[in-house]
Amino acid sequence: MASDVTSAPVEETAGPGAGTRSGYVRYVGGKLGGAVVSLLAVLVTGFFLFRLIPGDPVKTMTGGRPISTAQLAEYRREFGLDLPLWEQFTDYCGKALTGDLGTSYQFRAPVIDKISEALPNTLLLTGTAFVLYTALGMFLGTRSAWRHGSLSDRLNTGLALTLYSVPSFWLGLLLIIVFSVGVGPIPGLFPTGGMESGGKEGFAYVLDVAHHLVLPVVTLVAVEYGQTLLVTRSALLDEMGSDYLTTARAKGLRDDLVRRRHAVPNALLPTVTLVFVNLGRTVAGVILVETVFSWPGLGGLFYQALSVPDLPLVQGLFLFFAAAVIVMNTLADLVYPLLDPRVGR
Amino acid sequence: MTAPPVAQTGPRALARQRRRRSAARFWARYRTHRAGLVGLAALGLFALVALTAPLTVGSDVSSVTDAPGRPLESPSAQFPLGTDQFGRNLLGLVIWGARVSLLVGLLAAVLSVAIGAVVGITAGHFRGAYGTVLMRVTDWFLVMPTLVLAIALATVMSRSLGTVILAIGVTTWPTTARLVRAQTLAVESRPYIERARALGGGHWHVMSRHVLPNVMPLVLAQTTLMVSSSILAEATLAFLGLGDPTVVSWGGLLQDAREAGAVSAGDWWYLVPPGIAIAVVALAFTLCGRAVESVLNPRLGVAG
Repeated sequence: MASDVTSAPVEETAGPGAGTRSGYVRYVGGKLGGAVVSLLAVLVTGFFLFRLIPGDPVKTMTGGRPISTAQLAEYRREFGLDLPLWEQFTDYCGKALTGDLGTSYQFRAPVIDKISEALPNTLLLTGTAFVLYTALGMFLGTRSAWRHGSLSDRLNTGLALTLYSVPSFWLGLLLIIVFSVGVGPIPGLFPTGGMESGGKEGFAYVLDVAHHLVLPVVTLVAVEYGQTLLVTRSALLDEMGSDYLTTARAKGLRDDLVRRRHAVPNALLPTVTLVFVNLGRTVAGVILVETVFSWPGLGGLFYQALSVPDLPLVQGLFLFFAAAVIVMNTLADLVYPLLDPRVGR
Repeated sequence: MTAPPVAQTGPRALARQRRRRSAARFWARYRTHRAGLVGLAALGLFALVALTAPLTVGSDVSSVTDAPGRPLESPSAQFPLGTDQFGRNLLGLVIWGARVSLLVGLLAAVLSVAIGAVVGITAGHFRGAYGTVLMRVTDWFLVMPTLVLAIALATVMSRSLGTVILAIGVTTWPTTARLVRAQTLAVESRPYIERARALGGGHWHVMSRHVLPNVMPLVLAQTTLMVSSSILAEATLAFLGLGDPTVVSWGGLLQDAREAGAVSAGDWWYLVPPGIAIAVVALAFTLCGRAVESVLNPRLGVAG
């Protein structure tokens, strides 16, 4: 798999005389090795987090409700808790690696099925919001840095900092009150939650889903774009004193071209790095926004699972979220050398 | 500065004077950051409200049995922010909630920064296998979705404030560890550390007497910023029903509001105040933290 990934980029980035093929392969090998170690660490954490901390997981799950000894024993056998710890561990690892994450306690269905059901909905919501907040943050951050100290810069930074301090779930609830329930003269324009009204097909269905998508996406974009804005701004500010910009201006280039062709591409790398490092934070935002808007995705599922608590489902989702973030970060690491040939040599 | 009295010329007195002078210099520079002053003023106000809450509203404000009003009353002269589903005075609850939110935010931030500082200093001091392993662990935690980890921890443990503090503290330290390690490496490369070693200073001496005082300003700035995210994290956990159900906090109030159907009934007056309180306090800590950061490291230039 590693060789498939590496062959294409190397041909493109290695210019004449740059003997970096082995360097890039070593770089990729290192990153992939690190990712595998991280994934294993997630697997181990997932096991010990849910087996060792609270005396008896079954008691936690049944939440103190009266339960007969026979039932207790039945649950213990079902979750494999009657086996010795090391056997539980090898059993769990083997199953997790083959995609078997156990059975959900409340849905009586395999955890992996619940996850794959909810995943497309989450990808739709997160993907839309991700594209929008990254674009918005980069656009506003560039403008802010280019005219730093101006009124629009101060307003933009101030607004970004404020929205960054606002709890996403609260913003979502307020948006529901104002735009779904309606306040005063404003009628309810958008649905309060869910993903579709049902009974629609074809293009009408697409429109209906888009209609349901508006408020959750607005909430996510509002709480997430500030970080991108601030990082783009400071990355660009770092570049702005550089000599090559003076040269570009001395050549007689228009201000606009200096910014787009010279300054911004160089400021892009720290921004891209941060966008991926922050995926963890985005996951948190998605969980809350899906909970507030009853979006049938992974975040909503996580909330349902932890309010029971449905430990196999919580554990499965924990593994899934953590693994997804690690995989995305590794992909980003593999793409950097394409953006900046200095990386990975 | 007044001239030092003759009697105070020992090394300790000298160090104390130097510290007082640098604190005065710090304050003089901090004062030039308007946003930082606004943040500080807001914090002072909230701290005052939280500390005087037993006198102004009293602890029986959260009692469900002898609530003064009818359920879900709109704001009125008697209840400026209305009442909740038990008929409790919402203004009193928001004031009382400040105590838990601020306390948990502060303690979780202190725990998180303390772990981060210890990991950072030791990883920077003991290079080699120990430092490498520690930084790998840090990097691993850094990419982890923090909230998911905190939620998982809070789910499996009992519902209490201690759990919330622990769940936030043990998941948010890696940023601090990275910053502190970088600073430690910078400090330890200076010649006076070599001198201290040559004179027989051990690991503990170097770390506690030379490195720690040098990373303290950074730790202070980091703590201020961390309180802001800890308060948000506490509100989030409480909103998800993972907080201590027996105490009133801002996040818990929002959860109550949602469960009481305040959203679909359009009872905005129930939802708005706790959220604004969270946002204002979090913003105030962020503004202070950024001001402290830019005083300590003017190159960052984040005064805007």
